[in-house]
Amino acid sequence: MPTVNYISFDGQPTQLELAEGMTIMQGAVMNGIEGIEGECSGSCACATCHCYVDDAWLAKLPEMSENEDEMLDDTASERKPNSRLSCQIKATAELDGIVIHMPEEQE
Amino acid sequence: MSGVIIVGGGHAGYQCADSLRRSGYEGAITLVDGEGHLPYQRPPLSKSHLLSDTGEEALLFRTQAYYDDHAIRLKLAHRVTAISRAEKQVKLDNGETLGYDKLVIATGAKLRQLDMPGSHLNGVGYIKSLDDIRYIQTHLNQTDEAVIIGGGFIALEFAATAAKLGKKVTVLVRGQRILANAVTPELSQYMLDIHHQHGVDIRFGAEVDHIADDGNGNVEAVRLKDGTLLPAQLVLAGIGVTADTELAVSAKLQCHDGVVVDAQCRTNDPDIFAAGDSARYDNPFSGTEIRLESVQNAVDQAKVIAQVITGQEAEYHSVPWFWSDQYDIKLQMVGIHEGYTHFYQRGEQEEDKFSLFFFRDEQLIAIHTVNRPADHMAGRKLITAGISPTQTQIEDAGFKLNSLLKK
Repeated sequence: MPTVNYISFDGQPTQLELAEGMTIMQGAVMNGIEGIEGECSGSCACATCHCYVDDAWLAKLPEMSENEDEMLDDTASERKPNSRLSCQIKATAELDGIVIHMPEEQE
Repeated sequence: MSGVIIVGGGHAGYQCADSLRRSGYEGAITLVDGEGHLPYQRPPLSKSHLLSDTGEEALLFRTQAYYDDHAIRLKLAHRVTAISRAEKQVKLDNGETLGYDKLVIATGAKLRQLDMPGSHLNGVGYIKSLDDIRYIQTHLNQTDEAVIIGGGFIALEFAATAAKLGKKVTVLVRGQRILANAVTPELSQYMLDIHHQHGVDIRFGAEVDHIADDGNGNVEAVRLKDGTLLPAQLVLAGIGVTADTELAVSAKLQCHDGVVVDAQCRTNDPDIFAAGDSARYDNPFSGTEIRLESVQNAVDQAKVIAQVITGQEAEYHSVPWFWSDQYDIKLQMVGIHEGYTHFYQRGEQEEDKFSLFFFRDEQLIAIHTVNRPADHMAGRKLITAGISPTQTQIEDAGFKLNSLLKK
């Protein structure tokens, strides 16, 4: 099972093993990790699962859809080059060990 | 042990428990739900769930460990059968009584059931709960032809799902257009064209006479009143829901099509709150008393209740928003468009990316978007702030709507 490292806004790490295919958002929400909301159940409709993906992993991510790109223009915390919606990233063997940084706020 | 008792484990009930703990509530929290599952998310049931390979675990809000760690006691597969307001107690279906300091009614809605010969046949289903979708899933495997009764979101989302799974789909709509309660005729027509492009047959003015039995208690076909016979192995009814207010009514709380609550989501009993599909409130955006069936409404009302119970200042006045996924179309709605006087369009229908901005006189009151999520997100903030863009700004697809918001 792929491992995901979540880093809270104040720097606290939490490591989780997620079932393959589960999204980074689902893993965070199900396990009560603060900093990711996911209000729309992962349908790319609310931008409350905004995260910053550690630069080392950026190249391995699935391509961003036009919808995700547009949603990222309206996140509560500042959009950066490594901003993604965590509901659009699935935990896979390829992303085993990925590091996700939480933004300051989601709403 | 008193504390807060929450009746119902849907979006509102779950959110209330979660937000109470996040707000620092230290008393006991008990969540009672009639279904035997950990609280789960309903929107994917009619949308992505049947198409995804991640299974039911992905639907859960939280794992069991989360509830244990946060001392949220779950009473699953139990129903509250009565509220005694005088004693501040609820009674469960196993005879147990639980005392409360505050009670939250998040009983949601009840499915409208088909009422015609054959409506109890094997292969007739609904979509509201996880058990409903398990039932559908079992039957889908043996289904070549599906008939869907209803023209609202659930019916059409399932039509899209079934079509994607390669089924021959016929949708029966009683009225003259789809999504008639949710969108304007222009958008109904656009969505109809999308369904046609995917081979879905949509029939208007269709009245079902009966559902035919194959002789073994299974669905074989749907017979319309005009005599048409539609072969089907699965019949899905998406004909709406009604507020589940039984418990509140029997506790003599003020109800009419929903449990009536004030801006703090409080009923006429100061220790009892209501949220979600079962609650009715004065909406500041429409200026009328309404009851919404949506995730946003359930979640935001539940958050207000948690704040009020923990002594914070809070009132519910969020702008309503909704969404639907059908094929590659993401339909998002913000605000209440009823009573609009005119609208402007941004983007092109031919490109499957456009938004309709609805005005009442000079005031922007709602936006319906198709694959333009940025318009939706900006619209939520604009409507909340009472800012109305001009026609020129709307029609210039390159104009950044969020630039109208003060940073």
